[in-house]
Amino acid sequence: MTSKAAQDKNRLPHPLKALNFLSGMQSRWKTFVIATPFAWLLIFFLAPFFIVAKISLAELTISSPPFSDMIEWVDGTIISVRLVFDNFIYIFDDPLYARTYVNSLKIAFISTLLALLIGYPIAYGIVRSGPVAKQLLLFAIILPFWTSFLLRVYAWMGLLADQGTVNNLLISLGLIETPIRMLYTEFAVYVGIVYTYLPFMILPLYANMEKLDGTLNEAAADLGSGPINTFFKITLPLTMPGVIAGALLVFIPATGEYVIPDLLGGGNVQMIGRQLYNEFARNIDWPVASAVAIVLLLLLVLPMAIYQHYQGKAAERS
Amino acid sequence: MVDQEDHPEDYGKIEGGPSGDRQPLLRIQNVTKAFDEFVAVDNVELDIYEGELFCLLGGSGCGKTTLLRMLAGFETPTSGKILIDGKDMSGVPPYERPTNMMFQNYALFPHMNVAKNIAFGLEQDGLPRSEIKERTNDILRLVELQGYENRRPQQLSGGQRQRVALARALVKEPKILLLDEPLGALDKKLREQTQFELMNIQDKVGVTFVVVTHDQEEAMILSTRISVMDRGRLVQTGSPTEIYEFPKSRMVANFIGSANIFEGSVIGELEHGFKIETIIGEFTLKNTPITIRNKAIFIGIRPEKIFLSKEPDLAPGSNNAEGTIYDIGYLGNTSRYKIRLEQDLIIDVTAPNQTRPQNKTHEFMWDDKVYINWEPSSAMVFYE
Repeated sequence: MTSKAAQDKNRLPHPLKALNFLSGMQSRWKTFVIATPFAWLLIFFLAPFFIVAKISLAELTISSPPFSDMIEWVDGTIISVRLVFDNFIYIFDDPLYARTYVNSLKIAFISTLLALLIGYPIAYGIVRSGPVAKQLLLFAIILPFWTSFLLRVYAWMGLLADQGTVNNLLISLGLIETPIRMLYTEFAVYVGIVYTYLPFMILPLYANMEKLDGTLNEAAADLGSGPINTFFKITLPLTMPGVIAGALLVFIPATGEYVIPDLLGGGNVQMIGRQLYNEFARNIDWPVASAVAIVLLLLLVLPMAIYQHYQGKAAERS
Repeated sequence: MVDQEDHPEDYGKIEGGPSGDRQPLLRIQNVTKAFDEFVAVDNVELDIYEGELFCLLGGSGCGKTTLLRMLAGFETPTSGKILIDGKDMSGVPPYERPTNMMFQNYALFPHMNVAKNIAFGLEQDGLPRSEIKERTNDILRLVELQGYENRRPQQLSGGQRQRVALARALVKEPKILLLDEPLGALDKKLREQTQFELMNIQDKVGVTFVVVTHDQEEAMILSTRISVMDRGRLVQTGSPTEIYEFPKSRMVANFIGSANIFEGSVIGELEHGFKIETIIGEFTLKNTPITIRNKAIFIGIRPEKIFLSKEPDLAPGSNNAEGTIYDIGYLGNTSRYKIRLEQDLIIDVTAPNQTRPQNKTHEFMWDDKVYINWEPSSAMVFYE
């Protein structure tokens, strides 16, 4: 890049050379703008990832920090690199982890599906509403973010508890006699996750549907297609990018969710976030905790790769 | 609106209109569409016959698209009825109507290729695969798009997309094809070429076309009949010749082509016409009935029906006026002159340039003194 800029400089007629530092500045500025997000990712994402990866290949020791060094000097002359795969073997051997991973993925998957089923009509309704109503509804979707996430989860504890608002209401209405157990069940975890992540489903869906050409529905109707058929043949395929974006935005954080299963699920719902916390904070086993995190990351990179693949395909098309 | 009784319907009627005994395929009966306070379509009454290529012509916001959308079933009339082939369309959804529409932006499905776009309508009818394939291929041949089956709409040019949209709407063999500004998105050359293609296709398939357009030239070339719309109302319906040569109002005369219009009054009756007095002098008028008396009327003369000359036409009964050339617009094939009359009125005259000027100078130049005259039967009369 610099050599090309230098060539350009030489080609310029003499009186214009004074202006040249401007274009030089511009290209430096461009480099800076592009480099910033890369630097951010490098420092705050890639570096920590390699540190965690390194710890996952270490051995638990009673020291501070509680793991062995990867690189050691033996007698001051030989470098010894020790990669310990025991942590991964341990995770794969113990059925508890497998079960927890599967359970996490299951809960995340069902939550995503529920969020999609609830979010899709909401997004569609917002797109179809008038300009004023649209702004109000979008504002309402974003409104919960003004309150702390933790507070909102605590609020759900109050709502779902045995003596909570929901049970009290149902009893006072005479619909039930004894409280239904909701808090510390999987149900509460679903409620919490769907509630928390619903905006992340609605917003990309909304953004996608907003671009949808309304005359396509009319064209389909004109060609003899009823409303239901039009939805499945036209609207749904064309909003698929929004569905995928929303689903990933819900699925990925939901899989690693810690606060919601801990507070709303109690000890009854095993999710990998809690397991990770237990290994790290209770057992002070950093290597195993790191290995758990790495495996989780790999599980989540997979859907991300699929998403990228779809995006690439969509870009190719248009 | 022109009072119907004052204007005998048959006057100036030229071929192309509906013949007497046929049943209309489409009947629009007193259809009104109001959006809140705004009346988009105002009490429209119209019959369209099988095999017609009918144009709804009007400026933007005149209600022509709303009327078309009511025919397709996308809008419900506030009052009035639409009958297709004798069947009342009230409450019939778009997907059950014997009409198909070609949308202004084409509305091609971006996630389907050309063949699937065209086959979509046939699939809704549950036709067997082999028939769908056959009909898709036939229609692709008709619009000359063989070999493009697997392209997506985004990979086609504007003209090709237009033909896919036409094919998709035609393949279902509707009783009526509705076309919303079918050539609006094409550039001038392509539009001219496509106009004739559209006519040929209509001729081949024999489907009744109802076209909405704001382009008067397009309407003139395409249609068997035209309805001019203004502020939700049908102002005049007739063949292109009727509309152009016998407009019923100043609005129609000015919307289709242009006209020099003066106020005047009848001062005497002749054997086959009238003597008219206007601000620019006395004229004779032939072959145009005047049914309203003792009231100001308007005389209109189209710019191309005025002859320019350097000598006055001295024949008895000829219409002359004198003026100077104030401005010239040279278009190549024709020239547009603005003639300033003695009364300080500007008259537009269009004249074909039928000979090559000698020494690169035209016969008429700025500030030349000229005479204008026109045939007594060329003038149009309006009451409004």
